[in-house]
Amino acid sequence: MPPDALLAILGMAAVTFAVRAGGYLVANRLPASGFVAAWMRHIPGAVLAALVAPAVVAGGPAEWLATLATALAFLVSRNLLAAMAAGVVAVYFARMLLGG
Amino acid sequence: MDAITTHTGRRADQFLLGARMFIPLAISVGAYGLVWGVLARQSGLGLAEVGLMGALVFAGASQFVALEMWSLDALPVGAIVFATLIVNLRLMLMTATLRPLLGRLPAWQAALATHFVTDETWAMTMAEMARGRGALAYLMGAGSLCFLSWLIATLTGHVLGSAVDDPTRYGLDFAFTATFLALLLGMWRGKADLVPWLVAALAAIATARLVPGHWHVIVGGLAGSLVGAVIETRRERSNAA
Repeated sequence: MPPDALLAILGMAAVTFAVRAGGYLVANRLPASGFVAAWMRHIPGAVLAALVAPAVVAGGPAEWLATLATALAFLVSRNLLAAMAAGVVAVYFARMLLGG
Repeated sequence: MDAITTHTGRRADQFLLGARMFIPLAISVGAYGLVWGVLARQSGLGLAEVGLMGALVFAGASQFVALEMWSLDALPVGAIVFATLIVNLRLMLMTATLRPLLGRLPAWQAALATHFVTDETWAMTMAEMARGRGALAYLMGAGSLCFLSWLIATLTGHVLGSAVDDPTRYGLDFAFTATFLALLLGMWRGKADLVPWLVAALAAIATARLVPGHWHVIVGGLAGSLVGAVIETRRERSNAA
């Protein structure tokens, strides 16, 4: 295992442990409502949107079509695996047809 | 039967109950882990790294984000660790609400027990507590099954991923975007999510243009979530007034 990969994994493990154990330790002082709580609840969605948007914009028509196919597949099936498969299949054929 | 054996018996029952109730969720954790394992191989992680990260970090959303930032030539260790912290901050709120279950343990044992707290095990245990039940053993039972299914699925995904040599040729490079999009859509809770997500998306696109590396994930995530919190607290205040 490369040392920087090990370092990254140990670092991730350390901050995640700190967050989990920290929540329990400071439970009595942690706000259950208000700004900080609302902020923490909004983080996962915002991070995912920040991951998806630049990747979609960086693509071309084939990727945009596949994005649409993925969204439709997920809304219909509510299934992560099915949505991923739909996206991959769509991008494969769209690239073939559009030559992207 | 003395008091101690009854107590241990009840604890074993709670452990098994937690594990049994988790079975349907274990299937979805398994599917999610399988996808992660395949993508991990694409990102250049080895089998040992997959196992180590799954066991020590054990937090799916942050592991997906880390994969996206993973690069073999120059691993952005600082950015990955920081992004993990940001994505996992919500776990703090979860373990805080479980304090009634953990409070009776010595602090170090309780701290170790929180490792089994994930979105899924937390939601299940909270539902149980809301019904006036819920026990530490229940959380541990659900957590153990969650942990096992995550590890087995991610390792399996990594092994199966070897069947694919050149991911781009089969459109598999798009699997990342597709997975993140599906995860995002699954998080939709209503119109209140629209503005924070748009802010996150626009901030990320702008940052990706201007700053090299993967800082757009952190900038977009922070911008979107802060805007979401501002809107939500403003609305609560005007409702209260």
